[in-house]
Amino acid sequence: MNWITRLYYLSRRWGKAIRLFLAIAGPGIVVMVADNDAGGITTYAATGAKYQYHLIWFLIILGPVAYYVQEMTVRLGAVTKRGHAEAIFDGFGPFWGWFSLIDLLFVDWLTLVTEFIGMTTALAIFGVPAWLTVLGVCLLMGFMVLNGRYWTWEKLAMAFCAINLIYIPGAFMVNPSVSEIMRQGIIPNFPGGFTGELFFFLMANIGTTIAPWMLFFQQSSVVDKGLKEIDIPWGKTDTLVGAFFTVLVAIFIIIVTGTVLNGREVTDAAQASRMLMETHHWTGIFMAIGLFDAGLLGAICISLASSWAFGEVFGWAHSLNNKIREAPWFYFAYFFALITSGLVVLIPGAPLVLITLFVQVIAVTLLPAALVFLILLLNDKDTMGDRINTLWENVINGSIVAVIIALSTAYGLTTLFPSLLGQSGTP
Amino acid sequence: MNIFHAIGAVVADQIEQVRTINRRYAKPRLSMSPTVQRALLALRIYLLVLVGLLVYKFITLLTP
Repeated sequence: MNWITRLYYLSRRWGKAIRLFLAIAGPGIVVMVADNDAGGITTYAATGAKYQYHLIWFLIILGPVAYYVQEMTVRLGAVTKRGHAEAIFDGFGPFWGWFSLIDLLFVDWLTLVTEFIGMTTALAIFGVPAWLTVLGVCLLMGFMVLNGRYWTWEKLAMAFCAINLIYIPGAFMVNPSVSEIMRQGIIPNFPGGFTGELFFFLMANIGTTIAPWMLFFQQSSVVDKGLKEIDIPWGKTDTLVGAFFTVLVAIFIIIVTGTVLNGREVTDAAQASRMLMETHHWTGIFMAIGLFDAGLLGAICISLASSWAFGEVFGWAHSLNNKIREAPWFYFAYFFALITSGLVVLIPGAPLVLITLFVQVIAVTLLPAALVFLILLLNDKDTMGDRINTLWENVINGSIVAVIIALSTAYGLTTLFPSLLGQSGTP
Repeated sequence: MNIFHAIGAVVADQIEQVRTINRRYAKPRLSMSPTVQRALLALRIYLLVLVGLLVYKFITLLTP
C-alpha cells in the first residue's frame, strides 16, 4: 500500500512539474528550433551530401554550445526585465547601443530576405507562385501577432516547431544504415583530412547554429513572457529541450541527404528536395515542407527580434500582449521588415545569392559584439545580483564565445575572400 | 508646401527622440573596470579591421 501512495504522490509531483514546464516553455524551444532556418537547412543538406554522416559528432557538440550561449539571455532577461538591445544601451552607452541596434536591423532584414527565398523556393516545388507565398506568409504572420496575446503567438509558433520534426519520418523512409551512422558519425573524425573545404563546412554549421538575432529574440521574448528570476531553472530547461530538438532535426537532415544524395553537389535545400523526389518522392516532399516551415519559423522570430529591439530603445509599447492601436510603432516595424523583405524576393533579377552571402559577412560584425556584451553584463554584480556568472560559467561561456568569435570571423572572411581556404564553394 | 512641413516635423521629431535616447543612456551603467575597457577596445579594433576588409573587398569588386 505504501508504494502505491508513494507512486501516486510521485506522479502528481511529476504531473505538476510537467504542467509548470509547459506553461513556461516557449522562448527557448521556439528560438532553438527556429535556429534551423532556411539557411540552416541548406547547410545541413549540403553537409550530409558532401560528408555523409561523418560530421554528425560536430552537430552533437554544437547542441551544448547553443544552449550555453542562449541560457545567458534567459538569465539576463529574467533578472533585468530588459531586452538585449536595451541592456546594451543601458550598460555600454549610446555608441554601442546604436551600433548594435542598426547592425541588428540590417542583419535581421537581410536574413528575412533569405527566409523568404527559402519559403518561395520550397513552395515553388508544389507550383505555388512566389507572390502567393509572400502574400500568404505576410497574412499568416499578421494573424499570429494581431490576436493581441503573447501566449497565442507562442503556442502557434510551437505548432510550427512541431512541423519542423517532419525530417525525422523522412529519414526513416530512406532506410539509412544505423550501424553505418554510428560507425561514421559518433566518433569525432575529419573525413579526407582537415582540409580548407572541411573547415568551411564546420564554420558554416557553427554560423547557422549561433546567430545574432537569437540573442536579441530570446531575451526579449523572456521579458515579454514575463519570466521571473524564480522561473530561470525552467527557462534553462526550455532552452535545453530546444537545443536537443535543433540538433536532432539537423542530424536527421544530414542522415537524409547523406543516405540519398551522398557524393552529389547540393547548393540549396530546395534543389536537394527536387533531387530527393527523383528517387524518394515523399522524403523530397517532406524536405520541401520542412524548408518552408524552417523559413517561416525564422521569419516569425527574426521580424519580432527587430521590432522588440526598436520598441525597447525608443520606448514604444512593444509587447505582443498589446493590441495594434496600443503599440502601433511596434507593429509597424514588424510589418515593415516583413513586407519589404518579402517584396525583395519578388523583384526580377534581384541579387539573391549576393544577399545570402552578405548576410554571413554582416552577421560577423554583430555576433562578436553581442556575445561580448552578454558576457560582460552577466559579470556585472550591479546588473545581475546573485545571478552573476560563476567562475565555472565564465570558463565555459568564455571559451565558447572565444571559439565562436574566431570561427564565425573566419567564416565571414572566407565568404569575402573564398581563396583563403583554397576553395570557392559555399555550403 | 504642407507636405514638406509635415515631413520636416516628422524628421525633427525623430531627431529629438534620438537625442532623448542619447541623453537617457549617456552614462553607461556598467562600471568601466580595466577588463571591460580592454574588451571594448578589442571590439573596436576588431570592428575597424573588419570594416576595413569590407571596404577593401567592395573597392576590389568595383575596380575592373
